Amino acid sequence: MISRSVSTLLLLAGATLILLPFLWMLSLSLKPQDEIFASTIALFPSRLEWGNYVKAFTETNIPLFLWNGFVVVAGILFFQLLFSIPCAFALAQRNFRLRTVVFGLVLAALLVPFHVTAIPIFLGLAAVNLLDSYAALILPFIPTAFGIFLFRQFFAQMPTELFDAARVDGLSETAVVWRIAFPLALPAATAFAIFSVTAHWNDLFWPLIATTSPEIATPPRGILYFRDQESGDDVGPLMAGAVIITAPLVLAFLFAQRKFLQGLAAGGLKG
Amino acid sequence: MNAIPTLELGDVTRRFGEQTVLDSISLAIPPGSFTSLLGASGCGKSTTLRIMAGLDRPTAGAVRLEGQEVSALTAHERNIAMVFQSYALYPHLTVAQNIALPLTMKSLSAFGRLPLLGTLIPGTAAARKEIQTKVSAAAEMLGLSHLLDRKPGTLSGGQKQRVALGRALVRDPVLFLLDEPLSNLDARLRVQMRAELVALHRRTGKPFVYVTHDQAEAMAMSDQVIVMIKGSIAQAGTPRELYERPTSLAVAEFVGTHAINLITPQQGAGEILSSAARAILGVRPEHVVPAPHGSFIAKLRSVEYLGSEIVLTLCTEQGVELKSIAPGTFEPPLQGDSVRLSFDPTCTHLFHPETGARIGAPECRS
Ligand SMILES: Nc1ncnc2c1ncn2[C@@H]1O[C@H](COP(=O)(O)OP(=O)(O)OP(=O)(O)O)[C@@H](O)[C@H]1O
Ligand SMILES: [Mg+2]
Repeated sequence: MISRSVSTLLLLAGATLILLPFLWMLSLSLKPQDEIFASTIALFPSRLEWGNYVKAFTETNIPLFLWNGFVVVAGILFFQLLFSIPCAFALAQRNFRLRTVVFGLVLAALLVPFHVTAIPIFLGLAAVNLLDSYAALILPFIPTAFGIFLFRQFFAQMPTELFDAARVDGLSETAVVWRIAFPLALPAATAFAIFSVTAHWNDLFWPLIATTSPEIATPPRGILYFRDQESGDDVGPLMAGAVIITAPLVLAFLFAQRKFLQGLAAGGLKG
Repeated sequence: MNAIPTLELGDVTRRFGEQTVLDSISLAIPPGSFTSLLGASGCGKSTTLRIMAGLDRPTAGAVRLEGQEVSALTAHERNIAMVFQSYALYPHLTVAQNIALPLTMKSLSAFGRLPLLGTLIPGTAAARKEIQTKVSAAAEMLGLSHLLDRKPGTLSGGQKQRVALGRALVRDPVLFLLDEPLSNLDARLRVQMRAELVALHRRTGKPFVYVTHDQAEAMAMSDQVIVMIKGSIAQAGTPRELYERPTSLAVAEFVGTHAINLITPQQGAGEILSSAARAILGVRPEHVVPAPHGSFIAKLRSVEYLGSEIVLTLCTEQGVELKSIAPGTFEPPLQGDSVRLSFDPTCTHLFHPETGARIGAPECRS
C-alpha cells in the first residue's frame, strides 16, 4: 500500500518535471501579450487569448510547414515499410547464402548514428543535384536498419508452416509478404510507425543541413524562420505555433497508444 | 494396377548439410489410393511430404506427377493440396476467407482482388459468386456453415482441422497431402475425424497421402502403408501385408496394436520353435494363447483385463518376458502360476539376428 503510493508519487513528480515545459508552452500560447512578460509567475492566464493562434495561422507559413512535415513523414514511412518488410521477411523466413552475414550487417548498421553518415549523404545528394527538395528529406531515411531488425524479429517468431500454406495456396513470395506476413505484423508496424513519425517530424538536424528554401521547410525548421522574422519578442504566437506543431504527434499517440504498447511488447522491445 | 501413378518419387535423397534426412526414397502413389506414411518422430515424413508438395527440393532424385517430371515446379503449379501439422490457418482472415484464398488467387486478377476497385473489373462479380458457391459447398460438406464469419483464433481444434481440410478441398487438387492432421486432437475426436477423412477420400476419389506416427491410424485407413525408418523406406504394402509378412524386425516391431514378442536364439527361441534355432523368433501376442495342451510353459506375471480381451504378461523358463492375448471370457490362474501356451507355427516370423531381415518363414494365415 505504502510502496504503491510512493511509486505513484515518484511517477507524478517525474511526469510534472517532463510536462512542465509543455504546460508552460500551452500557458504562454494562451496569454495576452502583457501577461507573458509579467514579473509574477502565473500558470493560468487571466483570460484566454486566442489571438495568438489566429496570428500563428494567418500571418505565418505554419499550414505549409505542417503540410511539408506530413509529406516528408508519410513519404519516409511509406518507403521504409515498402522496403524493410520484404527484406525482414527474407531474413527471417527464407534460406539463402550469406543470410547470417547480411543480418550481421543490419545489426552493425544499427550501431551507426545518422550523424556519422550525414556528410557523405549530403555530398552524394549534392552530386546528383537533389539537395533542397522533398527527395533530400526523404531518401536518406528509407533504408532503416531498425525497421528491418524489428520486423525480422517479429517474422522469425511466426511459424514457417503458415507461409508454406500460403505458397501451396498459390501466393507468390510478394503476395505472401503483403497478404499474410504484413497483416500479422501490424502491431509491430504501428510501433515502428510511431518511432519513425516522431523521429522525423521532430528532426531538425537533417532539414537544417539539406534544405534552405522555406517552401519545403518541415515544422521544426519552419519555427526557426518564424523566430527570425518575429525577432523573438512576439512570444505568444511563437508558442501557439509550437503547440500546433506538437499537437498532431500527441493526438496520434493518444489514439494509437494501445496498439503502440502491444507492438512494443510483441516485438520484445519493452521499455 | 498398371495405371500411371499420380505421384512417384524416384531415389529421392535430401540432405541438410551433413545430415542425410532422406536416403534414396522410391515410392508410388496410385490414383485414388489412400497411402499412409508411417514412421517415428524425426524419420523424415514431413520432409518427404514437403518434397512431394514442392515446398522443398530433393538433393538428388526425381519427382514425377502423372508421369511428368515436376522437380522444377512450385507447390502451386503442381496443384497439390496440403494440410499442415499445425493447421496453418491465416489468423487475420475469417474462416470463409481462409477457405476462399486459394480460389481467389487462382481466379481473380491482382486488380480484381482489391476490395473496391475490383468490382469495376469485368468478370470479377461472376468469379466472386463462383468462389462463394464453392466455399459454401465445402463448408457444408465439413459442417462449417455456421462458422464462416469467425476468425480461426476462436475455433476449437477440431473446427480448425476442418477449416484446414476445407481450404484443401475447394481447390480440386490432383493429390491431397496430410501431415499428421489429427495429432493435435483428443482421442475421441481423432477416431471421429478418422472416419470423416476416409469418407472424404471416397467422395473426392483423389489420392490421399497421410502422414502419421500412429500405426493404428495407418492400418485402419489406408490401402497402402509405407513404413519409414530413419530416412529410408523399410516396407511398403497393404496393411495386411505389413502385418502378416513384415520384411524386417523393425517393421514387425512398429506394426500391430500390441508389441510383438521377440525371442532371441540365446533366450531359447529354438526350444519353442525348432526352426528358430538360429533366428530371432517373433510371434504376436494375439497368436499366443493359453491352451491346456500348449507346447510350452511360462509363469504368469500380471493380468490386464480389457473387457473383450485379457492381456497376460508371462515369463518363460529362460526369463524372457512374453505377452499373450486371451479372450475376455478366459479365467486367468493366480499370479505366479504356470500357464501352458500354444501358438500357431504358421503365425510366427523369423528374423536374421544381425541384419533383422526376414528369413523365409511359414506364412501366417489366421
Ligand atoms: N530445414 C531443415 N534444416 C535442417 N534439418 C532439418 C530441416 N527440416 C528437417 N530437418 C531434419 O530432418 C529430420 C526429419 O524431419 P521431419 O520433419 O521430416 O520429421 P518427421 O518425420 O516429420 O517428424 P515428426 O513426426 O516429429 O513431425 C529431423 O531430424 C530434422 O531435424
Ligand atoms: Mg512432421
